[in-house]
Amino acid sequence: MTGSALSGIMPHLPALQVVVPLLSAPICFLLRRGLVSWAFATVISWAAFATALLLLQAVLTDGTIRYEIGGWAAPWGIEYVIDATNAIVLVIVAGIGAVVMPYARRSVAAEVPANQHSLYYTAYLLCLAGLLGVSITGDAFNVFVFLEITSLSSYILISAGAGMDRRALTAAYNYLVLGTVGATFFVIGVGLLYMVTGTLNIIDLSARVPALQDNRTIHVAFAFIVVGMGLKLALFPLHTWLPNAYTYAPSTSTAFLAATATKVSVYVLMRFLFVVFAPTYGFMALTLNYVLLPLALIAMVAATIAAIYQYNLKRLLAFSSVAQLGYMVLGIAYGSVQGLTATLLHLFNHALMKGALFLAVGCIMLRVGDVTMLGVRGLGRQMPWTMAAFVVGGLSLIGVPLTVGFISKWYLVTAALSDGRWPIAAVILASSLLAVIYVWKVVEAAYFKEPPAGRVVREAPLSMLVPTWILVLANVGFGINAEFTVDVAQTAAMGLLGIVP
Amino acid sequence: MLELFLAKYNYWIVILLMMIGLYVVVARGNLVKKIIGLNVFQTSVFVMYISLGKVAGGTAPVLTGKNELFSNPLPHVLILTAIVVGVATTALGLAIVVRVREAYGTIEDDEIEEIERQDMAGDLEGRRR
Repeated sequence: MTGSALSGIMPHLPALQVVVPLLSAPICFLLRRGLVSWAFATVISWAAFATALLLLQAVLTDGTIRYEIGGWAAPWGIEYVIDATNAIVLVIVAGIGAVVMPYARRSVAAEVPANQHSLYYTAYLLCLAGLLGVSITGDAFNVFVFLEITSLSSYILISAGAGMDRRALTAAYNYLVLGTVGATFFVIGVGLLYMVTGTLNIIDLSARVPALQDNRTIHVAFAFIVVGMGLKLALFPLHTWLPNAYTYAPSTSTAFLAATATKVSVYVLMRFLFVVFAPTYGFMALTLNYVLLPLALIAMVAATIAAIYQYNLKRLLAFSSVAQLGYMVLGIAYGSVQGLTATLLHLFNHALMKGALFLAVGCIMLRVGDVTMLGVRGLGRQMPWTMAAFVVGGLSLIGVPLTVGFISKWYLVTAALSDGRWPIAAVILASSLLAVIYVWKVVEAAYFKEPPAGRVVREAPLSMLVPTWILVLANVGFGINAEFTVDVAQTAAMGLLGIVP
Repeated sequence: MLELFLAKYNYWIVILLMMIGLYVVVARGNLVKKIIGLNVFQTSVFVMYISLGKVAGGTAPVLTGKNELFSNPLPHVLILTAIVVGVATTALGLAIVVRVREAYGTIEDDEIEEIERQDMAGDLEGRRR
């Protein structure tokens, strides 16, 4: 019975991946009670994670899946297209959601006013649905719609921190303004593409656009899409919304958004750059080399230096995120199979590290209520498990061997060296060394300074420690045995560049 | 020059609106005015989409059975979605502005910045509110 039910559902997995979280959002709202909403959202997150894993498995065995929504054929209807690239993005998004939700109950209860809990989980489910939708869809305009669902719900997830600190409101407002400008830029680009090609389907676009490489309208569309997605993914110098948003949002929102939202934007940028535009020469190809590459390098160094001077741990990690996004854009700027493999690997790996780190910081927030350098003093002994998680996450961020960070850096450096660009490899190593400083600052405060006199702090509850440690162990696990992730990333990179293995 | 303007006047209007909108977003310090600027900016995109779907001499795409020339309805439908998105963004933006007013007592950018600078100084002294 279950077997036949499952085989009946299997062909519709692509639709269910998005529809289930999307429809459960209003149901979650109607549940009203915070705890019930939380339980419901957790179940839905795990269902979405299971769906994503099944889709990844199906893609890896049978190749690209194309699913027509509502049975309308592709150029007229919207289709969902899942290949190795977005299957892995789906797994990242749904996986982080599934890990963060069990953690959310205690953390949200402490940081968000009780009457907003069920609304908070509703916004979370909408955000999850939006992120999954952006990743899965094969229609350019549909990307915009899901992008805006994601953005609107993430503004809410960020402003929910207003109960703790009013600056969450201005952070959410600034993100709203810049996010809307970014998304509107993107939709202008899509409109211009439609003007020239008469299609919105990404596969059709990829067949028609490369032939029009010298068309001025295509150039303008390209510029709008790159800048729009640059805003969304917080590419230096368009990252100004990010530090405040991550600092003042509730810990759960920060962990979820830091590990997923910017990653999905990186994915969209990759999809448009290499599948739709696929530039081989001229203005668009030069943009990679002379715009994205320098910006990525500046982000890696400047944001890391900015992180060193931060006093608030969340803000420190936010600046480090800007630097890490620089690594991802660097891989994109190479435009080679190795570069894209490194980007995709780092997409996955960075979600694991930043997820683990922000969850650990959330534990500190719950028990100490202060995530500044002052607050973490002496926590090495008072919250040993939380701080150990932070240390392992930090080591991964630096790129120490046996962690996922090392794998990403290794592939980025190899990609740089294979083109003979050793100065870039040197910058990567330099920014990794700078990362040692900010991780060390936290370690020093936690392990070598005395806690403030009279402060009694207990270890974080298990419901929060376990999710944190799941991500920490994933950092180590995928760091020791990277074969699977590297394989998937390589397949995905070749798929993006249209190279048949 | 004038011919270039007249032949593609709709796009010139789009560019003009877009620049006005962006200018208001950047230059105005009042949070509500910024939202209005954002609206003008988004409206310019609506106009762009709608005008690119227009076919010269075409009528509204209603199936009457007669052999008529239609405008392309797809961009119009897309923009219906974008308008909904725009309304949602405006609503959320204004809702946040209301909360900002409650929390800070002002909706002027520079005054909020001044208050936040004091908040930040408070953080650095290690005082917790």
